[in-house]
Amino acid sequence: MIKVEEKLFQNRYRVDAGRPHINIREPEICAHECKTQQCAVCCPAGCYTLEGNGRVVLIADGCLECGTCRIICDEHRNVDWEYPRGGYGILFKFG
Amino acid sequence: MSEKFDAIVVGAGPSGNAAAYTLAKAGLNVLQLERGESAGSKNVQGAILYADALERMIPDFRDSAPLERHIIEQRMWVLDDESFIGTHYRSEDFNKEPFNRYTIIRAQFDKWFSGKVQEAGALVVCETTVTSLLRDDKNRVVGVQVDREGGTIYADVVILADGVNSLLARKADFHPELEPKNVALAVKEIHFMPQEVLQERFNIGEEEGVVIELFGKITNGMMGTGFLYTNKESIAIGVGCMLSDFKDQKTTPYALLEQMKAHPSIKPLLAGGEMKEYTAHLIPEGGYKAIPKIVGDGWLIVGDSGMFVNAVHREGSNLAMTTGRLAAETVIEMKEAGKDMTAANLAEYRKKLDDSFVIKDLKKYQDMPDIFHSNRQFFTTYPELVNRSAHSMLHVDGVDKKTKEREIFSSFKQKRSLFGLMGDAYKLWRAFR
Repeated sequence: MIKVEEKLFQNRYRVDAGRPHINIREPEICAHECKTQQCAVCCPAGCYTLEGNGRVVLIADGCLECGTCRIICDEHRNVDWEYPRGGYGILFKFG
Repeated sequence: MSEKFDAIVVGAGPSGNAAAYTLAKAGLNVLQLERGESAGSKNVQGAILYADALERMIPDFRDSAPLERHIIEQRMWVLDDESFIGTHYRSEDFNKEPFNRYTIIRAQFDKWFSGKVQEAGALVVCETTVTSLLRDDKNRVVGVQVDREGGTIYADVVILADGVNSLLARKADFHPELEPKNVALAVKEIHFMPQEVLQERFNIGEEEGVVIELFGKITNGMMGTGFLYTNKESIAIGVGCMLSDFKDQKTTPYALLEQMKAHPSIKPLLAGGEMKEYTAHLIPEGGYKAIPKIVGDGWLIVGDSGMFVNAVHREGSNLAMTTGRLAAETVIEMKEAGKDMTAANLAEYRKKLDDSFVIKDLKKYQDMPDIFHSNRQFFTTYPELVNRSAHSMLHVDGVDKKTKEREIFSSFKQKRSLFGLMGDAYKLWRAFR
C-alpha cells in the first residue's frame, strides 16, 4: 500500500486555514447517489477518502490544484472548485 | 488600481509570458497577473524546452536562461511487465550548437522568463488570483476582478493564459467544462542524485541529456505514456493517462507511478536518488477537434486553456509560447491600426494560428485521440506481443528459428486475427499520415 502522504510531505504548501478552495456541494449526493466515488481513486493527492458508511470526506490541504476531481464528477457536478487565494496553496519548488 | 491598461495577461506560464513579453516589447502598457507567489510556483511540466519557439522572441536566451541539459539521445521503450523493447536514437549532431531541445525545471525557468517580461516593461503582479472577467452592457470583456481589495482592473483586451483548467473562460460561459476524454492526468516525481552518477548511468557528458518515452503495460491498459528526463543533477519521472480511463478503473495515479518506478528496467535508473517533489497536472490532449472558441470581444485564449498541445509529439510549451506570441502580435496590429479589440478584428489571431505549425500539426493528428480511445490493443496486446516475440527469438533453446517465427505469427493472429492486424495497421497509418 503506497502512502501518498509520504510523497506530499516533500512538497511545499501555504495552507489558507479555514478557507478550503474546494468543497463538496451536497455530501448526500456522494453518499447516496454516486455509485462510483471515483474522486477517491483519481485524486493524485488522495484528498478524497471513503468512510465506512459510504460518505466521502474531502480534506484539500494536500491539493496539487490539478482539477481532476472537478472534471471526473461529470455526472453529478458536485464539486465546487476555485483556485486558492493568491499566494496560497501548493508552491512548487521545481514543478 | 483604477488605471486602465492596454492589455491584461492572466497567468505567467509559457503562453502568458510569451504574450506579455511580446506586448511589452512593442511598448504597450501591460499588466500580468499570476496567482502563485512567483511565476512558476503553480506550474508543472516534464519538462522539455523546444528552443525554436523561445528563440523567435529572445534570440540570446541561452546566455541567461536556467537550462538543465541539451538532449542528445531519445529512447522509446515499449514495455511488457518485466521487459522492454525499444529504439534509441543518439546523434553527435545534437551536440552541435545551437542546441534544439533542453530539459528545464519549470519553477526556475518561468521565474527567469518572468524577469525578461519585467525587463521588457510589463507590470507583473504575483499572489493575485483573477476571480472573474468584467463585462460591459454589450457583454464585451473590459477587464478583470481580482481577489484583492478594490480589485477591479480595466484593459482594452484580456489575454487568458490561465492554464488547462481555464476557470475564467468557463465562468464566463465561453467554454463548457472539460470532458474527461479530452484531458490526461500526469503525475511526476523529481529524484536528485550526484551529477557524476547520473552521467555515468545514462552514458552522457557534462551538459548532455537523455529522454526516455515509455509506452505499454506501464499504463495498465489505459491510454497514456510515461517519461523519464535527465536534468543536471536530477531525474524527472512521470506517467500520464486519459482522465476518462482513470475514471474507469481502480488504480490511483500514485500507485501507477510506483508500479512504473518498480519496473525492472526502470528501477536501476533511479537507484540511490532522493525524491524531493511530487506533482500532478492535467494536460489538454483532446487535439484539434477539442479546440474551443479562442477569441471574442475583448479577449483571446492562449496555451493550455486553448487545448494547444500536440500529444503525439509531446509538445506543449512551444505551442503555448507560439500562441502567446501570435495573440500578442494580433493585439499589437489592432492597436497600431487604431482598431477595436472586437471578436471580428481579433479573428486575425486564428488566421495566424492556421498559418503556423500549431494548427497544421494539430490538424494532422486530429483522428489520433479517437483511434487510441477505441483501440486499446495498442497499449496492451501489441506491447506484450512484440516483447514476447523478441524474447522468443533471443532465448536459445534448441527450437529452430522457422518454428519460432511460425509461433510468433500465430500468436499475433490468435490475439488480433488477420483482419484485426490489417485493420490496426490501417488505423495507425490513417492516424499518422
